[in-house]
Amino acid sequence: MGGTIGLNVKRKEAWAKVTGQAKYTDDFPTVGHYTARLLTSPYAHARIISIDKTDALSIKGVKAVITGEDYPNFCGPLLLDRPAIANQIARYAGEPVAMAIAVDEATAALAAAAVKVEYEVLPAVFTPQEAMKPAAPLVHENIGKYGHAAEDINPRPNSNISSYFPVRKGNMTEGWSNSQVTIEQEFFLPPSDHLAMEVRAARAEISKDGMVTITTSSQAPFEVRKQIAECFQVPAGNIRVLVPFVGGGFGGKAPVMQELLAYIASREVAGKPVRLVMDRKEDLTAAPSRAGLSARIKLGATKEGLLQAAELTFWLDNGAYTDIGPYMVKAIAADCTGPYRVDNLHCDAYGVYTNHTYATSCRSFSHESLTFCIERAMDLLAEKLAMDPLKLRMVNAITAGHYTPTQVLGTFSNLGNLPACISRLQEMTDWQEGPPVQITADTVRAKGMACFWKAATPPTNAPSGALITFNPDGSLNLNTGVVEMGSASQSHLAQMLADKLGISDDQVHVVLEVDTRLNPVHYKTVASITSYIAGRAVMRAAEDILAQLRKMGAEALSCFPEDIEIKQSRVYARQNPDIYIEFKDIVMGYKDVFGNSIGEPVVGRGTSMFKGLSNLNPKTGKGQSGPAWTVGAQAVEVEMDLRDYTYRIIHAYSVMDVGNLINPEGMSGSVRGGMSMGISMASRENFSYAKNGRGEMTTPSLRSYKALHIGEEPIYELDFVETPQLDAPYGMRSMSEHGIIGMPAALANALSKACGVAFNQLPLKPEDLWRTATGTGAVAEPMMAPDAAVAGAAAGDAAGADASAAAFAAGAGFAEGGIQ
Amino acid sequence: MMEYNEERCVIELQVNGLARQVMVRPADILLDVLRQELGLTGAKPGCKNGDCGACTVIMDGWPVKSCLVLAVEAVGHQIMTVEGLGASGGKTSSKSSSAGTSAGSSSGNADSGTGNGSGNGNGADSGYIDPVQAAFVQANAFQCGYCTSGFLMVCHALANQKPDAEEYEIESWLESNLCRCTSYQEVRQAVDIMLGRS
Repeated sequence: MGGTIGLNVKRKEAWAKVTGQAKYTDDFPTVGHYTARLLTSPYAHARIISIDKTDALSIKGVKAVITGEDYPNFCGPLLLDRPAIANQIARYAGEPVAMAIAVDEATAALAAAAVKVEYEVLPAVFTPQEAMKPAAPLVHENIGKYGHAAEDINPRPNSNISSYFPVRKGNMTEGWSNSQVTIEQEFFLPPSDHLAMEVRAARAEISKDGMVTITTSSQAPFEVRKQIAECFQVPAGNIRVLVPFVGGGFGGKAPVMQELLAYIASREVAGKPVRLVMDRKEDLTAAPSRAGLSARIKLGATKEGLLQAAELTFWLDNGAYTDIGPYMVKAIAADCTGPYRVDNLHCDAYGVYTNHTYATSCRSFSHESLTFCIERAMDLLAEKLAMDPLKLRMVNAITAGHYTPTQVLGTFSNLGNLPACISRLQEMTDWQEGPPVQITADTVRAKGMACFWKAATPPTNAPSGALITFNPDGSLNLNTGVVEMGSASQSHLAQMLADKLGISDDQVHVVLEVDTRLNPVHYKTVASITSYIAGRAVMRAAEDILAQLRKMGAEALSCFPEDIEIKQSRVYARQNPDIYIEFKDIVMGYKDVFGNSIGEPVVGRGTSMFKGLSNLNPKTGKGQSGPAWTVGAQAVEVEMDLRDYTYRIIHAYSVMDVGNLINPEGMSGSVRGGMSMGISMASRENFSYAKNGRGEMTTPSLRSYKALHIGEEPIYELDFVETPQLDAPYGMRSMSEHGIIGMPAALANALSKACGVAFNQLPLKPEDLWRTATGTGAVAEPMMAPDAAVAGAAAGDAAGADASAAAFAAGAGFAEGGIQ
Repeated sequence: MMEYNEERCVIELQVNGLARQVMVRPADILLDVLRQELGLTGAKPGCKNGDCGACTVIMDGWPVKSCLVLAVEAVGHQIMTVEGLGASGGKTSSKSSSAGTSAGSSSGNADSGTGNGSGNGNGADSGYIDPVQAAFVQANAFQCGYCTSGFLMVCHALANQKPDAEEYEIESWLESNLCRCTSYQEVRQAVDIMLGRS
C-alpha cells in the first residue's frame, strides 16, 4: 500500500480546466461540419397532420430537412417507446418534430423555423393523478406493442402506467392494530431540471464503408453505441463513440437523445459531419428533465414511536417517454421506507406517462423525491407523537440485523451506520427540541432534518473494466470507460490504484476521454457506482500488474515471486531491499546486464460485473436491486420572516457514512455540491406549464427558471462516518450524488417548523408558502383529494394495488364531480 | 466562380494582445466568433441569453458576457479570454503570498499534461501561474469545469479593479455567474486566496 488514501489529491484535469484547455464536445473545430437545428412541438399533445418542408428546403445552404416519418425507429434504454423525432404524434411541448441541416447554424435555424407543421391538438395529461383516471387520454396508444430492452418492467396496455413495482412484507392488519398513532399525507413534487451548465451537444459522421463516429456530451458512451446499433440496425462494431469532458450531467446526459439526432442528420447528408447543439430552451424543454413525484404515505407507530406499518404509494411522473423511469420506480420501491425498519409494509410504485418533457434520473435516481415524502411524513408523525423528530428517527433507524423492504438482511457492510450519523448530526447542529427561536418580532429561526439512504439500481449484470499501460519513465496510464463530468471519479480511481501499486499519485496518468473503440466497456457513469464497479476492475488490473511484476522481478532478482515487494515504484526481494529494480527498468520488460531479456512489457487488465443482484419478485418485491446503501443525516437552519414568508437558509449540515474518506476535500466538495443543488431545487426550481390548452413550458430559460446564485448559499458544515463496505475497494461507499438527497426534506421540515404550517409540496418559494399558509389563491399544482387517500389506504393485499390506483384516479376526478 | 458575399464583413479584433482579422456576419455574437473563428473555446455557451456567465470575457479590463456583445461592437476594444490569462497584459494582481510565482507553488498535484487538446490562445509564459488560476485549483472551486472560465474572468477583473472589495461587492460581482456543481463556498474561498485574505 502506497499511502495515497486519505490525501487531498487534486483532480487530474485541474489545470486543463483553469486554462481553457479542457475540451468539451462542441469545442473542437467546426470546419467542414454542417449544423443541425430542431423545430419542436408547441403543443403538449398533438397529432401531426402534415409537414411542409418546401420553404425550408428552398433556403440557400439548406442540405436536408428530416421529420419523424423518415426515421420511425423506436429507441430507449428499457422500453423502446421513443422515436428520435416525433412521428405522427407529438407527446410533449418541446419534442422535436423536424430537424434542418444546413451549412451553418444561422441557416439551419432559419430553415427549422420555415418548416410548416399542421397539428390537431389532443387532450393532454399533466399530473400522474390526471393520467391515472380511467378515462384519461392515453399518451401512448400502443404501449403493449413496444419492444423491451429490459424484461423486468411492467407497462400496462391501455393505460398510462409505464411501470409498476410492488413491495409486500409482513402482515398489515397486525401492523395497524399495533399502531397507536397513525398519520397519512399526500406529497407532490413537480418536475424540474438538471441544468448542467453545458447544454447537450453531439456530432456525427459516417464513412463510405459505414463506420459511424459520434462525439457527444454523454454519461453513457457505451449505451449510445448500443442504442444506435439496435435502433438503426448498425453493427455495434461499426460505431465509435467519443466523449471528451462533459460539462455536468447529474443523470441528464445518460439518456441517448442528441446522438440519435446527430446520427440521422449525418445519414441524411451522405455521412458528412454534422454538429447539433441544443440551445438552453431546447435543453430545458426538449431534453430529459428531473421526474416529478406524487405520493401518499401512511405510517403507524406505537406511542413510543416505533414504526409498525407503512402503506406507501408512489406515482413517478416520467413524462412522455419512459427512458430509465421504470428503474427509478424500482429504486423507489426497493428503498420505499427510507432508512427505517418497517416490518409490515405495503408499497405500490408506479411510473406514469404524462405530457411533460420526458424525465430521467436527476442526481440520486429519485431518492431526493422519495426522501422528501418519507421525511416529511416522519416529521408529521413526530409532531403527532409529541416526540423529538431526531429521536423518532434514531429509534427507527435501520441497522445491521434488520431487513430492508425487499428483504435483504442488513449488515454494517451493506448499510453503514445511520445511528452514528444521527448522533453526530445532533452534536453538530446543537439539536434542541422545542419551538422556533424568536429572533425579532417577525423573524424566527428553526432547524429541520432528514435521514436518507440510497442503493444504486443498476442492471443486475452491469459491467466495467480497466486497462493499464506503462510509459518508459515507469508511470502508467489508467484507461477505463468512465466519463469525467465533474465528479472526479477517475481521479479517485487513480488514487486507489496508486495506493494499491505502492506508487505516488503523480505516477498515475488518467485517460480522461472515452473512446468506445479503445476503452473497456463501462455500463454508464451514473448512480455513483464508479468507485465500486470500476474500482473493482481497477483493483483487478492492479493485481494483474503486481503478478506480472512479481514473476519478472523474481526471475531478474533470482528469488521466489512471493518474496517480491513492490513499493515506491521499485521491485525488490523483501530480504534485500537495497537491491531493487526501478519501475522504468522493468515495466517495458527487463534486460539484465548480459543483455538477456526477461519477461515482457506489462499491461494490466481487470474487468468486473455486479454480482449477487436479482430482479425483484413481481408480487412481493423480494430481491436485491443494489450492492449496498449509503446512509446519512442532514439538516438545515432557516431564518424566516413570518410577514412575507421570505427566508434565508443559514446553515446546511450533512453527516454521511462514506465508508472511507479517501479524498477528504474532493469528497466534501461533491457532498456540498449535492447539498447546494438540493437547496436550489427545493427552494426555487420547478417546471411550470401553461394552462392554455397548448401546455407549453413557461419556464424555458434561466430567467424564468432560476437556480441558486452565489450569495444565496448557506454555510455548509460536514462530517463523515466511516463504516467500510467490505466488498468495495478501500471500503468506499457510493457518494457522488448523495449530498442532494435529504436537503429538500430538511428544508421543508425547517420551514414547516418555523411557520407552524405543514409544507408538503415543492417548490418552497415564499409565494407558495404564503398560499399554503393562508389558503390564498390556488396552490401551484393541485393535491389529491383526501377521500381518495382514505379509500386507497383501506386496501391491504396485492389486489389492493390496483384498487388503490383506481381510488387515486377516481379521487382526482372527484373534485370534478364524477367517480367511475 | 467567385462569389461576392455581401452578408459578411472583415473586422479586426484585439484579442489577448494580438490583432486578429475575422470574417463575420453583422449578427454574429462575440462568443461565437471567439470560439469558431479564433478557436478560443475557453468561453462557453451556457444560455446565449446573458443569464449564466459561462461566456464571460474581459473587455478593456471589465467582465462582459460575450453572448451579449456583437462581434462588430468589440472592434477597437481590448478583449481577453481565459487563454490569455497570465500572459502579458492578462496577469491578475494579487496580495497573496503564494500567488503569481512559479508552477506548482500552491497547486498540489499540477498535472496539466493530461489536458485534452492544446491551448490555442496566447498562452502564459511557461512557469508563470496566474493567482486566480492557482486559487481556483487550491480551493477546488470547480468540478465539471464548464463555468470555470467565466468565473476566472470575473475574479480576474475583480482583483484588478476592486482589490479591496467588501464581501457584498464580491457577491454582487460573482452573482452574474452560475455554477451547478460546486456549492459556491469553494469559489468564495478561491476569491479569498486570490485576494490574499486566507
